[in-house]
Amino acid sequence: MSTFDKVVEVLVEAKDLETGSITMESTWDDLGLDSLDTVELVMNMEEAFGVSLEMSEDMKTVGDVVKAIDTAK
Amino acid sequence: MSFSILGTGSALPATIITNDDLSRIVDTSDEWIRSRTGIGQRRVCTTETITDLAYQAAVAALENSGCRAEELNLIICATMTADDATPSMACLLQQRLGAVCAAFDINAACTGFLYAMDIAAAYFSRKPDYKILIVGADAMSKAVDWQDRSTCVLFGDGAGAAVLGAGNDLLAIEIGANGNRSPLYAPAMAGNCPFRNDVKQSLYLVMDGQEVFRFAVTAMAQTIDRVLQKAGLAKESLTWILPHQANIRIIDAAIHRMKLPGEICLTNIEQYGNTSAACVAILLDESNRSGKFKKGDLLALTAFGGGLTTGACILRWNK
Repeated sequence: MSTFDKVVEVLVEAKDLETGSITMESTWDDLGLDSLDTVELVMNMEEAFGVSLEMSEDMKTVGDVVKAIDTAK
Repeated sequence: MSFSILGTGSALPATIITNDDLSRIVDTSDEWIRSRTGIGQRRVCTTETITDLAYQAAVAALENSGCRAEELNLIICATMTADDATPSMACLLQQRLGAVCAAFDINAACTGFLYAMDIAAAYFSRKPDYKILIVGADAMSKAVDWQDRSTCVLFGDGAGAAVLGAGNDLLAIEIGANGNRSPLYAPAMAGNCPFRNDVKQSLYLVMDGQEVFRFAVTAMAQTIDRVLQKAGLAKESLTWILPHQANIRIIDAAIHRMKLPGEICLTNIEQYGNTSAACVAILLDESNRSGKFKKGDLLALTAFGGGLTTGACILRWNK
């Protein structure tokens, strides 16, 4: 499974989103998520991928998260 | 030998401050505060002191327990906003209640009530027939910056108390600390010593919300897990969870991680916000008085706060 697919899986599980609505370009705003959702999601990603991620303002899209996870792996 | 809860009490300031009231002081809105925190209103001390509230909560707990103040062997107050650095809040209560016993304050910020329970449990192992009054009381309105919209909307004032006596209903308890100032701190007395010349510190509470959120979600889920293990219980055996009321989003995220149904979580954050060390104590008292608990119910109490500190316990309701 690609990093993107697994990120989508975590997003769908945690926030009840439609799989089809999530793309690499989706921003948190597009997905209806606020800053606390993103903190929670970063925690879930850390657990799912076994990596440690820094919260950063630059993490704005699903693609940013995928990139951060691939770098941390 | 641990202890049983003989009675509970709580007290809140008369003045209600709604989210709309706050939106007239800082740039915020009812919608923003509700969706980010679950808070609708909070109580704030205007003429009452936090010692007054602690006293009212203590009197109510004594009445509920059928215990007289003179029977108390120890008073422990958990607070980070006592009216004086000395006398301690516990000593002022001892005087007003007419108790004849030792009295001291402890500070573990929002985790204070759990810390007080753990200390009390240690006393009971040495003195099984003791009667101990524990109080969690904070007026966070004295600590926050009312011009900082990211913190002043989160907190409220209040006090909760419990009278503990001989029994075996504390099935497991664990407290912990992971010392770290930057996520959350509030200054103590600064004085005016003319010989000091270090950098001026903040006058108010400072919090890194995202960092605290991360810590809190993990802390709540992990501490409950550990006390369940200690007590040899499965999570499904819990009747109620009484979590620290810092933010409904923290509670929801932690419950989601624990894969437990949200209905077993008791909350009152909508009405009171985060009352720091008083949160769990007020929730315990309100649930006791509304008849929510049945004899034999298993309760998990959990809290986290500045320090950073954590605490959780499993209590069997036996009243």
